[in-house]
Amino acid sequence: MDGWLGVIIMIALGVGFAAVMIGLSLLLGPHNPTPEKLAPYECGMPAVGSARERHSVKFYLVAMIFLLFDIEVAFLYPWAVALRDLGWAGFVQLVTFFLILSVGYVYVWRKGVLDWGPAARAGRHAARRAA
Amino acid sequence: MDLRFLVQLAIIGLTFFMLINASALLVYAERKVMGFMQQRYGPYRVGPHGLLQPLADILKLLMKEELRPKGADRWLFTLAPMLAITAAFAAFATVPWGAETTLFGLLDQPVKLGAADLNVGVLVVFAITSMGVYGIVLAGWSSNSKYSLFGGLRASAQMISYELSYATALSAVILLAGSLSIREVVDGQAGYWLGVVPRWFVFLQPVGFLIYVIAGVAETNRAPFDFPEAEQELVAGYNTEYSSVRFALFPQAEYINMTTMAAVATDLYLGGWHGPFLPAEYGWIWFLLKVGAILFTYIWVRWTVPRYRYDQLMQFGWKWLFPASVVNLVVTAALVLYFHA
Repeated sequence: MDGWLGVIIMIALGVGFAAVMIGLSLLLGPHNPTPEKLAPYECGMPAVGSARERHSVKFYLVAMIFLLFDIEVAFLYPWAVALRDLGWAGFVQLVTFFLILSVGYVYVWRKGVLDWGPAARAGRHAARRAA
Repeated sequence: MDLRFLVQLAIIGLTFFMLINASALLVYAERKVMGFMQQRYGPYRVGPHGLLQPLADILKLLMKEELRPKGADRWLFTLAPMLAITAAFAAFATVPWGAETTLFGLLDQPVKLGAADLNVGVLVVFAITSMGVYGIVLAGWSSNSKYSLFGGLRASAQMISYELSYATALSAVILLAGSLSIREVVDGQAGYWLGVVPRWFVFLQPVGFLIYVIAGVAETNRAPFDFPEAEQELVAGYNTEYSSVRFALFPQAEYINMTTMAAVATDLYLGGWHGPFLPAEYGWIWFLLKVGAILFTYIWVRWTVPRYRYDQLMQFGWKWLFPASVVNLVVTAALVLYFHA
Protein backbone atom coordinates (compact mmCIF):
# COMPACT_ATOMS: atom_id res chain seq x y z
CA MET A 1 0.00 0.00 0.00
CA ASP A 2 1.27 3.48 -0.81
CA GLY A 3 1.56 6.08 1.91
CA TRP A 4 1.15 6.06 5.64
CA LEU A 5 -2.16 4.23 5.86
CA GLY A 6 -0.36 0.88 5.95
CA VAL A 7 1.83 1.95 8.86
CA ILE A 8 -1.20 3.23 10.78
CA ILE A 9 -3.14 0.00 10.19
CA MET A 10 -0.11 -1.99 11.35
CA ILE A 11 0.13 0.07 14.57
CA ALA A 12 -3.60 -0.41 15.16
CA LEU A 13 -3.24 -4.17 14.65
CA GLY A 14 -0.32 -4.26 17.11
CA VAL A 15 -2.22 -2.35 19.81
CA GLY A 16 -5.28 -4.52 19.22
CA PHE A 17 -3.28 -7.72 19.45
CA ALA A 18 -1.66 -6.67 22.75
CA ALA A 19 -4.97 -5.50 24.24
CA VAL A 20 -6.81 -8.69 23.25
CA MET A 21 -4.06 -10.93 24.62
CA ILE A 22 -3.83 -9.10 27.96
CA GLY A 23 -7.63 -8.98 28.22
CA LEU A 24 -7.88 -12.72 27.53
CA SER A 25 -5.33 -13.57 30.19
CA LEU A 26 -7.17 -11.40 32.72
CA LEU A 27 -10.36 -13.34 31.91
CA LEU A 28 -8.83 -16.81 31.82
CA GLY A 29 -6.22 -16.62 34.55
CA PRO A 30 -6.88 -17.09 38.26
CA HIS A 31 -6.66 -14.10 40.57
CA ASN A 32 -5.74 -14.67 44.21
CA PRO A 33 -2.86 -12.41 45.22
CA THR A 34 -1.06 -12.81 48.54
CA PRO A 35 1.40 -10.34 50.13
CA GLU A 36 4.27 -12.75 49.39
CA LYS A 37 3.37 -12.98 45.71
CA LEU A 38 3.10 -9.23 45.37
CA ALA A 39 6.50 -8.50 46.92
CA PRO A 40 9.23 -7.60 44.41
CA TYR A 41 11.61 -10.50 43.79
CA GLU A 42 14.87 -10.32 45.69
CA CYS A 43 16.10 -13.92 45.74
CA GLY A 44 13.52 -14.94 48.36
CA MET A 45 14.53 -12.35 50.98
CA PRO A 46 12.21 -9.48 51.99
CA ALA A 47 12.95 -6.54 49.72
CA VAL A 48 15.36 -3.95 51.13
CA GLY A 49 14.48 -0.32 50.48
CA SER A 50 12.97 1.12 47.34
CA ALA A 51 14.07 0.23 43.82
CA ARG A 52 13.70 3.83 42.69
CA GLU A 53 17.12 4.83 43.92
CA ARG A 54 19.82 6.90 42.32
CA HIS A 55 21.89 5.04 39.78
CA SER A 56 25.25 5.51 38.13
CA VAL A 57 25.76 8.84 36.37
CA LYS A 58 27.43 6.84 33.60
CA PHE A 59 24.07 6.07 32.01
CA TYR A 60 23.15 9.76 31.78
CA LEU A 61 26.50 10.51 30.13
CA VAL A 62 25.94 7.78 27.56
CA ALA A 63 22.48 9.16 26.82
CA MET A 64 23.91 12.65 26.35
CA ILE A 65 26.69 11.69 23.97
CA PHE A 66 24.27 9.42 22.14
CA LEU A 67 22.00 12.41 21.49
CA LEU A 68 24.87 14.40 19.98
CA PHE A 69 26.08 11.62 17.71
CA ASP A 70 22.62 10.48 16.73
CA ILE A 71 21.76 13.95 15.47
CA GLU A 72 24.88 13.70 13.37
CA VAL A 73 23.66 10.40 11.92
CA ALA A 74 20.30 11.99 11.17
CA PHE A 75 22.17 14.61 9.12
CA LEU A 76 23.90 11.85 7.17
CA TYR A 77 20.76 10.45 5.56
CA PRO A 78 19.72 13.38 3.36
CA TRP A 79 23.38 13.90 2.54
CA ALA A 80 23.73 10.25 1.47
CA VAL A 81 20.76 10.55 -0.89
CA ALA A 82 22.05 13.76 -2.44
CA LEU A 83 25.77 12.92 -2.62
CA ARG A 84 25.85 12.30 -6.39
CA ASP A 85 24.50 15.81 -7.00
CA LEU A 86 26.74 17.43 -4.40
CA GLY A 87 29.91 15.92 -5.85
CA TRP A 88 33.32 16.30 -4.26
CA ALA A 89 32.29 19.56 -2.59
CA GLY A 90 29.74 17.60 -0.58
CA PHE A 91 32.37 15.02 0.29
CA VAL A 92 34.78 17.67 1.61
CA GLN A 93 31.97 19.19 3.67
CA LEU A 94 31.21 15.82 5.23
CA VAL A 95 34.85 15.13 6.08
CA THR A 96 35.11 18.58 7.68
CA PHE A 97 31.95 17.84 9.65
CA PHE A 98 33.43 14.56 10.86
CA LEU A 99 36.72 16.24 11.80
CA ILE A 100 34.91 18.78 13.97
CA LEU A 101 32.88 15.99 15.54
CA SER A 102 35.96 13.89 16.19
CA VAL A 103 37.34 16.66 18.43
CA GLY A 104 34.39 16.06 20.73
CA TYR A 105 34.77 12.31 20.34
CA VAL A 106 38.45 12.39 21.36
CA TYR A 107 37.59 14.66 24.30
CA VAL A 108 34.90 12.26 25.50
CA TRP A 109 37.28 9.32 25.07
CA ARG A 110 40.13 11.04 26.97
CA LYS A 111 37.75 12.00 29.78
CA GLY A 112 37.00 8.30 30.22
CA VAL A 113 33.28 8.45 29.46
CA LEU A 114 33.63 5.46 27.17
CA ASP A 115 35.45 3.40 29.82
CA TRP A 116 33.41 0.95 31.86
CA GLY A 117 34.29 -1.51 34.59
CA PRO A 118 37.99 -2.31 35.16
CA ALA A 119 39.21 0.21 32.57
CA ALA A 120 37.25 3.00 34.26
CA ARG A 121 38.58 2.02 37.70
CA ALA A 122 42.17 1.96 36.37
CA GLY A 123 41.61 5.42 34.91
CA ARG A 124 40.39 6.77 38.25
CA HIS A 125 43.41 5.29 40.06
CA ALA A 126 45.77 6.88 37.56
CA ALA A 127 44.07 10.25 37.99
CA ARG A 128 44.35 9.99 41.77
CA ARG A 129 48.05 9.11 41.59
CA ALA A 130 48.71 12.04 39.28
CA ALA A 131 46.93 14.45 41.62
CA MET B 1 -14.26 -0.24 -2.23
CA ASP B 2 -12.40 -1.55 -5.20
CA LEU B 3 -10.66 -4.87 -5.48
CA ARG B 4 -7.18 -3.41 -5.41
CA PHE B 5 -7.73 -1.76 -2.03
CA LEU B 6 -9.12 -4.98 -0.59
CA VAL B 7 -6.09 -6.91 -1.85
CA GLN B 8 -3.81 -4.35 -0.22
CA LEU B 9 -5.65 -4.71 3.06
CA ALA B 10 -5.30 -8.48 2.73
CA ILE B 11 -1.55 -8.07 2.21
CA ILE B 12 -1.29 -6.04 5.43
CA GLY B 13 -3.30 -8.69 7.25
CA LEU B 14 -1.05 -11.40 5.84
CA THR B 15 2.09 -9.51 6.90
CA PHE B 16 0.72 -9.19 10.42
CA PHE B 17 -0.30 -12.85 10.56
CA MET B 18 3.06 -14.01 9.25
CA LEU B 19 4.88 -11.92 11.88
CA ILE B 20 2.93 -13.70 14.64
CA ASN B 21 3.78 -17.01 12.97
CA ALA B 22 7.41 -15.98 12.64
CA SER B 23 7.67 -15.35 16.38
CA ALA B 24 6.03 -18.71 17.17
CA LEU B 25 8.24 -20.55 14.69
CA LEU B 26 11.34 -18.86 16.06
CA VAL B 27 10.52 -20.04 19.58
CA TYR B 28 10.29 -23.55 18.19
CA ALA B 29 13.35 -23.23 15.97
CA GLU B 30 15.43 -21.81 18.79
CA ARG B 31 14.64 -24.70 21.13
CA LYS B 32 15.03 -27.28 18.37
CA VAL B 33 18.37 -25.92 17.13
CA MET B 34 19.60 -25.59 20.71
CA GLY B 35 18.55 -29.18 21.29
CA PHE B 36 20.42 -30.51 18.30
CA MET B 37 23.51 -28.45 19.13
CA GLN B 38 23.49 -30.03 22.59
CA GLN B 39 22.91 -33.53 21.17
CA ARG B 40 19.30 -33.92 22.25
CA TYR B 41 16.00 -33.60 20.43
CA GLY B 42 14.42 -30.49 21.94
CA PRO B 43 10.61 -30.26 22.14
CA TYR B 44 9.06 -33.49 20.89
CA ARG B 45 5.80 -34.14 22.74
CA VAL B 46 3.23 -31.64 21.46
CA GLY B 47 2.30 -32.38 17.85
CA PRO B 48 4.54 -33.99 15.23
CA HIS B 49 8.18 -33.35 16.20
CA GLY B 50 6.94 -30.90 18.84
CA LEU B 51 5.69 -28.45 16.20
CA LEU B 52 2.73 -27.29 18.30
CA GLN B 53 4.95 -26.46 21.29
CA PRO B 54 4.67 -22.63 20.85
CA LEU B 55 0.87 -22.94 20.80
CA ALA B 56 0.95 -24.96 24.01
CA ASP B 57 3.27 -22.37 25.56
CA ILE B 58 1.01 -19.44 24.79
CA LEU B 59 -2.09 -21.33 25.99
CA LYS B 60 -0.33 -22.13 29.24
CA LEU B 61 0.71 -18.50 29.70
CA LEU B 62 -2.86 -17.34 29.00
CA MET B 63 -4.08 -19.47 31.91
CA LYS B 64 -1.54 -18.05 34.37
CA GLU B 65 -2.16 -15.37 36.95
CA GLU B 66 -1.42 -11.76 36.02
CA LEU B 67 0.63 -10.37 38.90
CA ARG B 68 1.52 -6.75 39.44
CA PRO B 69 3.97 -6.36 42.32
CA LYS B 70 3.13 -3.95 45.10
CA GLY B 71 4.52 -0.51 44.40
CA ALA B 72 4.61 -1.06 40.64
CA ASP B 73 3.19 1.71 38.53
CA ARG B 74 -0.33 0.62 37.63
CA TRP B 75 -0.53 1.97 34.08
CA LEU B 76 3.06 1.92 32.93
CA PHE B 77 3.42 -1.70 34.02
CA THR B 78 0.78 -2.72 31.46
CA LEU B 79 1.72 -0.11 28.91
CA ALA B 80 5.35 -1.29 28.66
CA PRO B 81 4.73 -4.71 27.02
CA MET B 82 2.08 -3.17 24.77
CA LEU B 83 4.56 -0.54 23.60
CA ALA B 84 7.23 -3.16 22.97
CA ILE B 85 5.01 -5.41 20.86
CA THR B 86 3.34 -2.55 18.95
CA ALA B 87 6.71 -1.08 18.01
CA ALA B 88 7.83 -4.53 16.88
CA PHE B 89 4.82 -5.00 14.60
CA ALA B 90 4.85 -1.46 13.25
CA ALA B 91 8.56 -1.54 12.43
CA PHE B 92 7.92 -4.23 9.84
CA ALA B 93 5.26 -2.11 8.10
CA THR B 94 7.61 -0.40 5.66
CA VAL B 95 9.71 -3.49 4.92
CA PRO B 96 8.73 -4.84 1.49
CA TRP B 97 8.90 -8.60 1.02
CA GLY B 98 8.15 -9.20 -2.62
CA ALA B 99 8.16 -7.66 -6.10
CA GLU B 100 5.11 -6.01 -7.64
CA THR B 101 2.52 -8.56 -8.71
CA THR B 102 -0.90 -8.62 -10.39
CA LEU B 103 -1.74 -11.90 -8.59
CA PHE B 104 -1.63 -13.85 -11.88
CA GLY B 105 -3.73 -11.35 -13.81
CA LEU B 106 -6.42 -10.87 -11.16
CA LEU B 107 -5.73 -7.14 -10.94
CA ASP B 108 -5.36 -4.53 -13.66
CA GLN B 109 -2.56 -2.69 -11.92
CA PRO B 110 0.16 -4.48 -9.95
CA VAL B 111 0.20 -4.24 -6.13
CA LYS B 112 3.35 -4.07 -4.07
CA LEU B 113 3.99 -6.90 -1.62
CA GLY B 114 4.55 -5.23 1.73
CA ALA B 115 2.38 -3.47 4.29
CA ALA B 116 3.33 0.08 3.35
CA ASP B 117 5.50 1.65 0.67
CA LEU B 118 7.06 4.95 1.70
CA ASN B 119 9.80 6.94 0.02
CA VAL B 120 11.50 7.30 3.44
CA GLY B 121 11.11 3.63 4.42
CA VAL B 122 14.56 3.22 5.98
CA LEU B 123 14.02 6.20 8.29
CA VAL B 124 10.61 4.91 9.37
CA VAL B 125 12.06 1.50 10.26
CA PHE B 126 14.65 3.30 12.38
CA ALA B 127 12.22 5.61 14.07
CA ILE B 128 9.88 2.80 15.05
CA THR B 129 12.51 0.27 16.16
CA SER B 130 13.95 2.95 18.46
CA MET B 131 10.52 3.19 20.11
CA GLY B 132 11.04 -0.37 21.34
CA VAL B 133 13.54 0.95 23.90
CA TYR B 134 10.70 2.76 25.68
CA GLY B 135 8.92 -0.52 26.32
CA ILE B 136 11.99 -2.00 27.98
CA VAL B 137 12.90 1.09 30.02
CA LEU B 138 9.34 1.54 31.24
CA ALA B 139 9.10 -2.16 32.12
CA GLY B 140 12.31 -1.88 34.14
CA TRP B 141 11.32 1.30 35.93
CA SER B 142 7.65 0.57 36.59
CA SER B 143 8.25 -2.86 38.19
CA ASN B 144 9.71 -1.37 41.39
CA SER B 145 12.32 -4.14 41.49
CA LYS B 146 16.08 -3.59 41.50
CA TYR B 147 16.80 -6.32 38.98
CA SER B 148 14.22 -4.89 36.60
CA LEU B 149 15.60 -1.39 36.95
CA PHE B 150 19.16 -2.48 36.19
CA GLY B 151 17.98 -4.60 33.28
CA GLY B 152 16.09 -1.67 31.82
CA LEU B 153 19.01 0.73 32.30
CA ARG B 154 21.47 -1.65 30.70
CA ALA B 155 19.15 -2.33 27.81
CA SER B 156 18.65 1.34 27.04
CA ALA B 157 22.37 2.17 27.24
CA GLN B 158 23.20 -0.80 25.05
CA MET B 159 20.54 -0.11 22.45
CA ILE B 160 21.33 3.55 22.02
CA SER B 161 25.07 2.83 21.85
CA TYR B 162 24.72 0.31 19.05
CA GLU B 163 22.11 2.30 17.20
CA LEU B 164 24.84 4.72 16.12
CA SER B 165 26.96 2.13 14.35
CA TYR B 166 23.84 0.48 12.99
CA ALA B 167 22.52 3.70 11.46
CA THR B 168 25.92 4.77 10.10
CA ALA B 169 26.46 1.36 8.49
CA LEU B 170 23.07 1.62 6.80
CA SER B 171 23.71 5.12 5.49
CA ALA B 172 26.54 3.67 3.37
CA VAL B 173 23.94 1.50 1.61
CA ILE B 174 21.72 4.54 1.09
CA LEU B 175 24.75 6.18 -0.48
CA LEU B 176 25.13 3.33 -2.97
CA ALA B 177 21.44 3.20 -3.83
CA GLY B 178 20.81 6.97 -3.74
CA SER B 179 17.33 6.45 -2.30
CA LEU B 180 15.65 6.10 1.09
CA SER B 181 12.89 3.85 -0.25
CA ILE B 182 13.62 0.24 0.65
CA ARG B 183 11.90 -0.96 -2.51
CA GLU B 184 14.18 1.19 -4.68
CA VAL B 185 17.25 -0.04 -2.78
CA VAL B 186 16.20 -3.63 -3.49
CA ASP B 187 15.59 -2.91 -7.17
CA GLY B 188 19.03 -1.33 -7.35
CA GLN B 189 20.43 -4.82 -6.66
CA ALA B 190 18.79 -6.61 -9.59
CA GLY B 191 20.99 -8.32 -12.19
CA TYR B 192 24.49 -9.77 -12.18
CA TRP B 193 28.10 -8.69 -12.48
CA LEU B 194 29.95 -10.61 -15.24
CA GLY B 195 26.82 -12.73 -15.60
CA VAL B 196 27.39 -14.77 -12.43
CA VAL B 197 27.84 -12.67 -9.28
CA PRO B 198 24.52 -11.17 -8.15
CA ARG B 199 24.67 -7.39 -7.74
CA TRP B 200 23.98 -7.52 -4.00
CA PHE B 201 25.24 -4.67 -1.86
CA VAL B 202 26.84 -7.12 0.54
CA PHE B 203 29.66 -7.55 -2.00
CA LEU B 204 30.20 -3.78 -2.13
CA GLN B 205 29.74 -3.34 1.61
CA PRO B 206 31.26 -6.38 3.36
CA VAL B 207 32.44 -4.31 6.32
CA GLY B 208 29.15 -2.45 6.52
CA PHE B 209 27.22 -5.72 6.50
CA LEU B 210 29.36 -7.11 9.31
CA ILE B 211 28.84 -3.95 11.40
CA TYR B 212 25.12 -4.07 10.68
CA VAL B 213 24.82 -7.69 11.78
CA ILE B 214 26.84 -7.20 14.99
CA ALA B 215 24.92 -4.04 15.90
CA GLY B 216 21.69 -5.81 15.00
CA VAL B 217 22.41 -8.60 17.46
CA ALA B 218 23.11 -6.00 20.16
CA GLU B 219 19.99 -3.99 19.24
CA THR B 220 17.73 -6.99 19.66
CA ASN B 221 19.41 -7.91 22.97
CA ARG B 222 20.46 -11.34 21.75
CA ALA B 223 23.37 -13.44 22.95
CA PRO B 224 26.32 -12.80 23.06
CA PHE B 225 24.97 -9.31 23.91
CA ASP B 226 21.95 -10.33 26.01
CA PHE B 227 22.94 -8.25 29.05
CA PRO B 228 19.47 -6.86 29.80
CA GLU B 229 18.50 -10.39 30.85
CA ALA B 230 21.82 -11.85 31.96
CA GLU B 231 20.46 -14.59 34.23
CA GLN B 232 23.48 -14.95 36.48
CA GLU B 233 23.49 -11.26 37.35
CA LEU B 234 19.96 -9.95 36.92
CA VAL B 235 17.59 -12.95 37.25
CA ALA B 236 15.55 -12.05 34.15
CA GLY B 237 16.39 -8.37 33.78
CA TYR B 238 13.61 -5.97 32.87
CA ASN B 239 10.90 -8.66 32.86
CA THR B 240 11.72 -10.20 36.26
CA GLU B 241 8.39 -9.12 37.74
CA TYR B 242 6.23 -9.97 34.74
CA SER B 243 4.03 -13.01 34.51
CA SER B 244 1.44 -14.48 32.19
CA VAL B 245 0.77 -12.79 28.84
CA ARG B 246 2.38 -9.51 29.81
CA PHE B 247 5.57 -11.52 30.17
CA ALA B 248 5.00 -13.41 26.92
CA LEU B 249 4.74 -10.19 24.92
CA PHE B 250 8.41 -9.27 25.61
CA PRO B 251 10.01 -12.38 24.09
CA GLN B 252 7.51 -12.18 21.26
CA ALA B 253 8.51 -8.59 20.57
CA GLU B 254 12.16 -9.69 20.65
CA TYR B 255 11.54 -12.42 18.08
CA ILE B 256 9.60 -10.07 15.82
CA ASN B 257 12.41 -7.52 16.12
CA MET B 258 14.86 -10.24 15.07
CA THR B 259 12.68 -10.96 12.04
CA THR B 260 12.60 -7.26 11.14
CA MET B 261 16.36 -7.02 11.52
CA ALA B 262 16.85 -10.03 9.24
CA ALA B 263 14.32 -8.71 6.72
CA VAL B 264 16.00 -5.30 6.56
CA ALA B 265 19.40 -7.00 6.12
CA THR B 266 17.91 -9.10 3.32
CA ASP B 267 16.41 -6.08 1.58
CA LEU B 268 19.37 -3.75 1.92
CA TYR B 269 22.33 -6.11 1.60
CA LEU B 270 21.24 -9.46 0.15
CA GLY B 271 19.16 -8.35 -2.81
CA GLY B 272 15.73 -8.87 -1.25
CA TRP B 273 13.53 -10.96 -3.55
CA HIS B 274 16.02 -11.02 -6.42
CA GLY B 275 17.55 -14.41 -7.08
CA PRO B 276 18.16 -16.92 -9.85
CA PHE B 277 15.83 -19.71 -11.08
CA LEU B 278 12.56 -18.18 -9.88
CA PRO B 279 10.37 -15.72 -11.87
CA ALA B 280 9.79 -12.34 -10.24
CA GLU B 281 6.28 -13.36 -9.16
CA TYR B 282 7.79 -15.95 -6.83
CA GLY B 283 10.56 -13.67 -5.56
CA TRP B 284 9.11 -13.77 -2.04
CA ILE B 285 10.37 -17.38 -1.77
CA TRP B 286 13.92 -16.07 -2.11
CA PHE B 287 13.11 -13.42 0.45
CA LEU B 288 11.88 -16.01 2.94
CA LEU B 289 14.91 -18.24 2.35
CA LYS B 290 17.35 -15.39 2.95
CA VAL B 291 15.54 -14.20 6.08
CA GLY B 292 15.49 -17.79 7.32
CA ALA B 293 19.23 -18.13 6.76
CA ILE B 294 19.98 -14.95 8.74
CA LEU B 295 17.66 -16.01 11.57
CA PHE B 296 19.33 -19.41 11.72
CA THR B 297 22.69 -17.65 12.04
CA TYR B 298 21.24 -15.60 14.92
CA ILE B 299 20.30 -18.79 16.79
CA TRP B 300 23.56 -20.49 15.86
CA VAL B 301 25.56 -17.57 17.30
CA ARG B 302 23.51 -17.61 20.48
CA TRP B 303 24.36 -21.23 21.24
CA THR B 304 27.99 -20.95 20.19
CA VAL B 305 29.39 -17.74 21.67
CA PRO B 306 29.44 -17.06 25.42
CA ARG B 307 28.16 -13.76 26.79
CA TYR B 308 30.55 -10.81 26.94
CA ARG B 309 31.05 -8.56 29.94
CA TYR B 310 29.04 -5.37 30.04
CA ASP B 311 32.09 -3.08 30.03
CA GLN B 312 33.47 -4.97 27.02
CA LEU B 313 30.20 -4.45 25.21
CA MET B 314 30.09 -0.70 25.77
CA GLN B 315 33.75 -0.20 24.92
CA PHE B 316 33.47 -2.33 21.80
CA GLY B 317 30.46 -0.38 20.61
CA TRP B 318 31.87 3.09 21.21
CA LYS B 319 35.58 2.57 20.57
CA TRP B 320 35.59 0.08 17.71
CA LEU B 321 32.29 -0.33 15.96
CA PHE B 322 31.35 3.36 15.71
CA PRO B 323 34.71 4.60 14.31
CA ALA B 324 34.77 1.61 11.95
CA SER B 325 31.34 2.47 10.60
CA VAL B 326 32.33 6.12 10.09
CA VAL B 327 35.50 5.13 8.20
CA ASN B 328 33.43 2.69 6.14
CA LEU B 329 31.03 5.50 5.24
CA VAL B 330 33.75 7.97 4.22
CA VAL B 331 35.57 5.39 2.08
CA THR B 332 32.28 4.36 0.43
CA ALA B 333 31.45 8.00 -0.32
CA ALA B 334 34.87 8.56 -1.92
CA LEU B 335 34.56 5.41 -4.04
CA VAL B 336 31.01 6.23 -5.14
CA LEU B 337 32.11 9.70 -6.25
CA TYR B 338 35.25 8.34 -7.96
CA PHE B 339 33.36 5.74 -10.03
CA HIS B 340 30.37 7.98 -10.61
CA ALA B 341 32.36 10.87 -12.07
